[in-house]
Amino acid sequence: MTAVPIGRKAAAKKSGGPTQTSDRTKAERKLALMLCAPAVVCMLLVTLYPILYAIVLSVQKVDLRFPDESGFVGLSNYVSVLTSPLWWQDVFNTSLVTVVSVVIELVLGMGLALVMHRALFARGLIRTSVLIPYGIVTVVAAFAWFFAFDPTSGFVNSLPFIPDDKAWFGNRGSAFEVIILTEIWKTTPFMALLLLAGLATIDEGLYEAARVDGANAWQRFFRITLPLLRPALLVALLFRTLDAFRVFDSIFIMTRGSQDTESVSILGYNQLISRLNLGLGSAVSVLIFILVLLIAFVFVRFLGTAVPSSQGEK
Amino acid sequence: MQKRTFGAYSGWSLALAIVMFYALLPVLWLISLSLKTPATVSDKKFIPQDVTFDNYTALFHGGFDSPLLRPLINSVAIASIATFIAVTLASFTAYAIARLTFPGKSVILAGALAIAMFPPISVVGPLFDMWRRLGLYDTYPGLIIPYLTFALPLAIYTLVAFFREIPWELEQAAQVDGATPWQAFTKVILPLAAPGVFTAAILVFIFAWNDFVFAITLTSSDSARTVPAALAFFTGDSQFTAPTGNIAAAAVLVTIPIIVFVLIFQRRIVAGLTAGAVKG
Repeated sequence: MTAVPIGRKAAAKKSGGPTQTSDRTKAERKLALMLCAPAVVCMLLVTLYPILYAIVLSVQKVDLRFPDESGFVGLSNYVSVLTSPLWWQDVFNTSLVTVVSVVIELVLGMGLALVMHRALFARGLIRTSVLIPYGIVTVVAAFAWFFAFDPTSGFVNSLPFIPDDKAWFGNRGSAFEVIILTEIWKTTPFMALLLLAGLATIDEGLYEAARVDGANAWQRFFRITLPLLRPALLVALLFRTLDAFRVFDSIFIMTRGSQDTESVSILGYNQLISRLNLGLGSAVSVLIFILVLLIAFVFVRFLGTAVPSSQGEK
Repeated sequence: MQKRTFGAYSGWSLALAIVMFYALLPVLWLISLSLKTPATVSDKKFIPQDVTFDNYTALFHGGFDSPLLRPLINSVAIASIATFIAVTLASFTAYAIARLTFPGKSVILAGALAIAMFPPISVVGPLFDMWRRLGLYDTYPGLIIPYLTFALPLAIYTLVAFFREIPWELEQAAQVDGATPWQAFTKVILPLAAPGVFTAAILVFIFAWNDFVFAITLTSSDSARTVPAALAFFTGDSQFTAPTGNIAAAAVLVTIPIIVFVLIFQRRIVAGLTAGAVKG
């Protein structure tokens, strides 16, 4: 499952490294660049160019409902966003959903990964089961849970200990509970699979040795599994944190941001698409982009997450 | 070695049952709702009392003007085309990264990783504006282009991991044995590369099939609207009846292909998902 460099070594040997004639090296470079060009151009055109364009839009007044009033306004869009309580409320909401769902996912995902790692039979069946939430369309998952918690037709309110008329989406706290539940349900399997792949790289002999030395199950988990799983764990956390920070689909389906459940992505959508205020909306977009960069930076710089790209040869 | 006792087996069976319950509960609830009649849709029971398929047939009533047919065709076409292009481009790139020596390799990988983490909402506004100017708004290419771009990193990482494990020296071995370069490629390398390419294709397809943000921002009508976007804007027969049964039926229909995929290809999907993410 891991990219052990058998083929890589062979390839490096074949291409001969720097000792080969420079003609051959040049030809190889040219071929490589030609092969990479389409994908690279595509990625730059659809991400880098638009984000630069978003920065340009964000310092202008561009409101498609009032096209005549366009013009350069400096940082005033940013000032409007950063001084509005709604933005900070949405940043808080998004962070809340991200932190709570990722923490619970981590615990559940770890349990699931350990269960799958020790599978005695029906490995395929359990793998299929956990892949269903991963594969299911997020909008569909959101509808499924929305209908389950819906006070008129949902089964949840007929369960014991839950008031029959509880309006889950009528109140901020309970609406968040359902939104977070949906996020957790959908993405725990992804976390579990990444952790499972990490578990597979741990040498079983270590556990044998620890057992011989008298370590109990908890000690083996905290002294062997967790430290050795750290790289895989951090990568999984980074991916899931950034993914959770984009939360949009489930909130859009369940509340559309009512009851103060708006996320930053919903705010961006409302400004850009519903209100057609491209200037202000782009300022929101750029700020979201900066927040995502900050999160990635914290993970890589302070937590020492070894991002997968570093496994590529230098 | 762990002793495989009766206790271990029953513990494992229980864990399996819990996981299956966890994964299937919302799906079963959707199936149940989709089979209920309007009179019983609010009965909160898991087993439908009167089973009806009206919710399904209503989705296709009226052919191309029906609520689901056009979005379904759009979804299949857009996701397939995006998958085909993304996997083709990613195969070129991954081959170069896995096999050739050239400067900028780690830059490409790092860039791809950055895009994998990129928040789509940040480019939605500019794309909305650009697509309207270029005439791509509410068209197939208008969705295919962002889908294939945002799927490229996933495809590249998956393919690089697979390509690195291919014993490329077999290609030369075949040529030594008298095969032409073309034969060596098609008879030896292609069969070895196919599983990786296929895995990447599955992951990209699931990604494109799943997207919602681009689908609701870059389309405005059924001419390019995909199923997730159509579902969000479903309306009932009148403004005041929530089309719960119909939405549930449509949700079940778009979930079936995913469940079939997952059933057949679970091993590959797991291998692909974890390929790039774990350090070797």
